[in-house]
Amino acid sequence: MSTLALAVRDSSTMLRRNLLHARRYPSLTLNLLLTPVMLLLLFVYVFGDVMSAGIGGEGADRSDYIAYIVPGLLLMTIGSTTIGTAVSISMDMTEGIVARFRTMAIHRGSVLIGHVVGSVLQSVASVVLVGAVGVAIGFRSTDATALEWLAAFGLLVLFALALTWIAVGMGLVSPNAEAAGNNAMPLILLPLLSSAFVPVDGMPGWFQPVAEYQPFTPAIETLRGLLLGTEIGHHGWLAVAWCLGLAVLGYFWSTATFAKDPK
Amino acid sequence: MTGLAIAANGLRKSYGDKTVLDGVDLNVPEGTIFSLLGPNGAGKTTAVKILSTLVTADAGDLRVGGHDLATDPRAVRAAIGVTGQFSAVDGLITGEENMLLMADLHHLSRAQGRRVAAELLERFDLAEAARKPASTYSGGMKRRLDIAMTLVGEPRIIFLDEPTTGLDPRSRHTMWQIIRELVTGGVTVFLTTQYLEEADELADRIAVLHDGRIAAEGSAGELKRLVPGGHVRLRFTDPAAYRAAASALREASRDDDALALQIPSGGSQRELRAVLDRLDTAGVEADELTVHTPDLDDVFFALTGGAAVPAPSKEAVR
Repeated sequence: MSTLALAVRDSSTMLRRNLLHARRYPSLTLNLLLTPVMLLLLFVYVFGDVMSAGIGGEGADRSDYIAYIVPGLLLMTIGSTTIGTAVSISMDMTEGIVARFRTMAIHRGSVLIGHVVGSVLQSVASVVLVGAVGVAIGFRSTDATALEWLAAFGLLVLFALALTWIAVGMGLVSPNAEAAGNNAMPLILLPLLSSAFVPVDGMPGWFQPVAEYQPFTPAIETLRGLLLGTEIGHHGWLAVAWCLGLAVLGYFWSTATFAKDPK
Repeated sequence: MTGLAIAANGLRKSYGDKTVLDGVDLNVPEGTIFSLLGPNGAGKTTAVKILSTLVTADAGDLRVGGHDLATDPRAVRAAIGVTGQFSAVDGLITGEENMLLMADLHHLSRAQGRRVAAELLERFDLAEAARKPASTYSGGMKRRLDIAMTLVGEPRIIFLDEPTTGLDPRSRHTMWQIIRELVTGGVTVFLTTQYLEEADELADRIAVLHDGRIAAEGSAGELKRLVPGGHVRLRFTDPAAYRAAASALREASRDDDALALQIPSGGSQRELRAVLDRLDTAGVEADELTVHTPDLDDVFFALTGGAAVPAPSKEAVR
């Protein structure tokens, strides 16, 4: 069997294993969706009036704020799902089963690739679920073309891929599942410091550069632009650059860590 | 093939400044059971981890299944199966799914995988529990599933790292039976254990690992011949009688806490009578007398520097 065929076959076996875990224990995935959904409902129905006044000046109402907040929460959903990836990778590494995989004549990277592909699929499913909640409370895309929908989908997948590889690295260097969960916290805290809930313009001046150039804001602004027709500008290429950079960094970090002798 | 399933020369490994394996040589002929015996922390697990490609050695010329560990770990992996000390099963999925996972990773066809999985589950008495999550299995069941998973790829060389640690006596005997059956099929078994009895029962050759070195190697019989004969153990309930006996039998080693004396003895009628005569002369009577023939425990204590310590408890006296 060629190396590529071996990689594909073993990785898909590992993917099946991870999907089986997710299907058998959906509670872990669903728990991770609670945070974005709660924040969505909280910000829309509890803080909604104040928040809408903050984003659009006069005439802005709750439905404007729903439109504003949903793209950010979709990306936050991805961050939240990948915390689950870090935890499950770390749990996997402490189990004997991965030691067994390491002593088998299988493709070396398949263990990680199976996790990554599984996690990206889970992220997409989670985004669809949170998106459905958004639509249920009144989110509507304004005249996005098929191409823009496709680009939005591509961005979400790319973003999920990038965060997943980073989460895999975090999971690998964590000694246990609790530590992995803590180490991966930034993945769900960063969106709070982005333009997800309030525009960057409304933040203190010294903080604006941080909020503006961290990975979430460009991705959020790009998604907004694609779904709602707002200005994308430099956010587009910044988002793609962040995604590619994080994905490559996470990939090399994870594979190098996995290649080391286990403790 | 050289006829050796495992050949290690000058195996060294240290973690930081702690040397775990300090120049270990091991030769295991094909189709035999080899036991690496040693107390906790002796380096047994490290040896298994290295020989099974999990961890890289610092130095040593190592060949497993005729393949060089350093240059061709993949070929080694294709030849071996490993059952580690901590069960290597996926607890979140069922026993059957664990087996099918192994079948997939060994690139068996779907039908073949199902057949092999069903056969092994049956053979290891797991057919009934096959549809339950492995996390619900008892220790013995997990260990059996673990070995069944190892066998899916029909490995020629199997590493078993303390396969019976933590098992109840019944499961332990089942495991021994399984290991014996493995070698009848021509498989080589590399077994680590801290139980001397287990090595005695199963192994063709035994190496005693102590402080990162092989302290002795040979068959169980050869090792037993390394230590001089057995001993007679006398136990007293009356401290005064114990003291009187101790002064009468000066060569005996004393265990003051247990009020017990150990006298070197081959266990023959004449030697026993001599001991009893001396006790009679001193006018003391032992409450319990046991004859202890040399076993691997004695070898082990002699080799690992614990020779002066009498057998710690009754379980060592069979």
